[in-house]
Amino acid sequence: MSTQTEEFEPFNTDEMETLNPETVTVTLKTFRFNAETDYLPYYKKYVMEVGKDELMLDLLNRIKWEHDGSFSYRRSCRHGICGACGIKVNGRATLACKQNALELVKLFGEELVIEPQSKKRAVKDMIIDKKDFWDKHAEVKPYVVADVDPHPEHETKQSIEEFNKFLDSDLCIQCGNCHYACPVVEVNEDYLGPAAFNAAYRFTVDTRDNAGKERLELTAEIGPGVWDCVKCFECAEACPKEINPIEKITKLHNMQFEQGVARPNVATKHAEGFLRGMKKYGYLDEADIVSYSEGYLGMYKHLKTAIKMMKAGKIHWHSGIPFINSVPKIKNLDEVQKLIEISQTNKL
Amino acid sequence: MSQLHYALFTGCTAKQSTPELLSSTLAVADKLGIKITILEEASCCGASHLQDFDEFLAHVLNARNICYAEKLGLTMITICNTCQLNSAMTKHALDTDPDLRARVNEKLAEVGLEYKGTSEIKHFLYALIEDYGLEKIKDHVKVPLSQFNIAPFYGCHNIRPSELHHDANGGENPYNPTSLDQLIDALEGHPVDYSHKNKCCGFHVELQANHTSEVLAGNAMVDAIDNNADLMVTPCPLCHLKMDTYQDDVGKVIGRDIELPVLHMPQMVALALGCSEKEIGLNFHVQKATQLYKEAAEA
Repeated sequence: MSTQTEEFEPFNTDEMETLNPETVTVTLKTFRFNAETDYLPYYKKYVMEVGKDELMLDLLNRIKWEHDGSFSYRRSCRHGICGACGIKVNGRATLACKQNALELVKLFGEELVIEPQSKKRAVKDMIIDKKDFWDKHAEVKPYVVADVDPHPEHETKQSIEEFNKFLDSDLCIQCGNCHYACPVVEVNEDYLGPAAFNAAYRFTVDTRDNAGKERLELTAEIGPGVWDCVKCFECAEACPKEINPIEKITKLHNMQFEQGVARPNVATKHAEGFLRGMKKYGYLDEADIVSYSEGYLGMYKHLKTAIKMMKAGKIHWHSGIPFINSVPKIKNLDEVQKLIEISQTNKL
Repeated sequence: MSQLHYALFTGCTAKQSTPELLSSTLAVADKLGIKITILEEASCCGASHLQDFDEFLAHVLNARNICYAEKLGLTMITICNTCQLNSAMTKHALDTDPDLRARVNEKLAEVGLEYKGTSEIKHFLYALIEDYGLEKIKDHVKVPLSQFNIAPFYGCHNIRPSELHHDANGGENPYNPTSLDQLIDALEGHPVDYSHKNKCCGFHVELQANHTSEVLAGNAMVDAIDNNADLMVTPCPLCHLKMDTYQDDVGKVIGRDIELPVLHMPQMVALALGCSEKEIGLNFHVQKATQLYKEAAEA
């Protein structure tokens, strides 16, 4: 079997040698906007020779130093720790001080579109108003909540296992890359977003913390909570610290059931309801999952769609009617039934 | 090259609301001489929802599915991005965490199975491109799709997280995916370039966050239409269901009239390979698509 892996490998800097030994002429199509003076944003092109060791932050510096001193962006540590220099390049969330520029040229071509993390929040060029990010981050109490004994007789020790539970989530630098890559944050103002969920997870699994239940209750709410996650994995891709926020979102979901915080609602029933069809047929029962999650009264919302689907032959007239089988059965269904019986750990 | 032979994990939708996905997949495989063995024992993958309820149980059930491909000694192919993601996530978890693998195998032993990690898992799209090859597909084109501007809609779960999919999807970059574009090109259609091709359709929150779901689907469809798409094609039946079945509702939320046939990837290939209308199954779409047979033939 042939693969084309090498051809597509985007992040291997060794291959930069073959791309160009010296420099590449790169056009930076750059978002410019000053909220105090400009009615609308515009794009300005800066052309420069880019060497193989230059980072995106170097190019931002060069725009400012060589082309236009008024160009504005946040920067501080230059070591991937402060989280100030998050931008988007051709739509890709990027921490400018960690990202080699020619890697992006290899991926997107010799014109790079430089934009702030969120255009609608732009204040000046790359600088955005991150208020929503910080407010939501604060909402999950991103700190250990504990009654601290002022005269402790021993240390509050963490075992390696306890520490490892939150090790990677603790690496978050609050750069906002995941938050502003999340499509739900753009549509749903209440949604806390992947960075806040990661923080909620981080402190909830900390054995020294006492506010876990409170955080789980907050993140269980439909609207702000984890149930509005669309599972697009943009956050996993956007994180420069490789934290994988959606993995923590899945853990929060599970913890809501484990700790009895989950209440029956359309979202929790939808997750748990998959087992109904699987126990009977091995497959999901597509009609049943909607009626079970919404409740029979909630079904009116789906009636029109159901009729359209029936007309197209996508569902049968008897779908969802009890005692009439419209779902095929898998072979060796008894194995699935047995495995559910012996492996299920959570309940609603 | 010896004949390609795969174990097909159909997933639930191909067995229920999108029968056209299964029939067109089998028709394409038949035309190209790819042998398919359907895993009739395979259950639902949990669709990322069961995972939210009980992650361990979801791993056990997905591992069981993979066991059946391993028994046959075949690569498991999927025809749904979400089946691909959840199967691959279980495979990755079990292959990298010996403790979890032991706990899962303890359960599987109760039904006489053992997960060994010997089968690859890949989506049919990448089996066609990586294993079969675009050049050979070109040789089989009977009905060139040169009439159509086709918007590729990649679907999240084939391209993100890239680290998980890297070995199975030819290293496709989630920020600049090219496979579907190349396939459309090979079938002599015109791939539409639009910025939402790698974005989310909103399917997974259809019930609990309907507005979010409709807006995300609408953004993608309107972007495709504004870039002159005649139709959209996707490797994921869940993206298909969202964009085809709910097209009217999405249009109302977005404030636009949307009329865009949304084809499954194998349907598009089947159309170009000259498969029968019954196999392609455009009649199963909510948004009228059967006119495409005639339009394709006019080329």
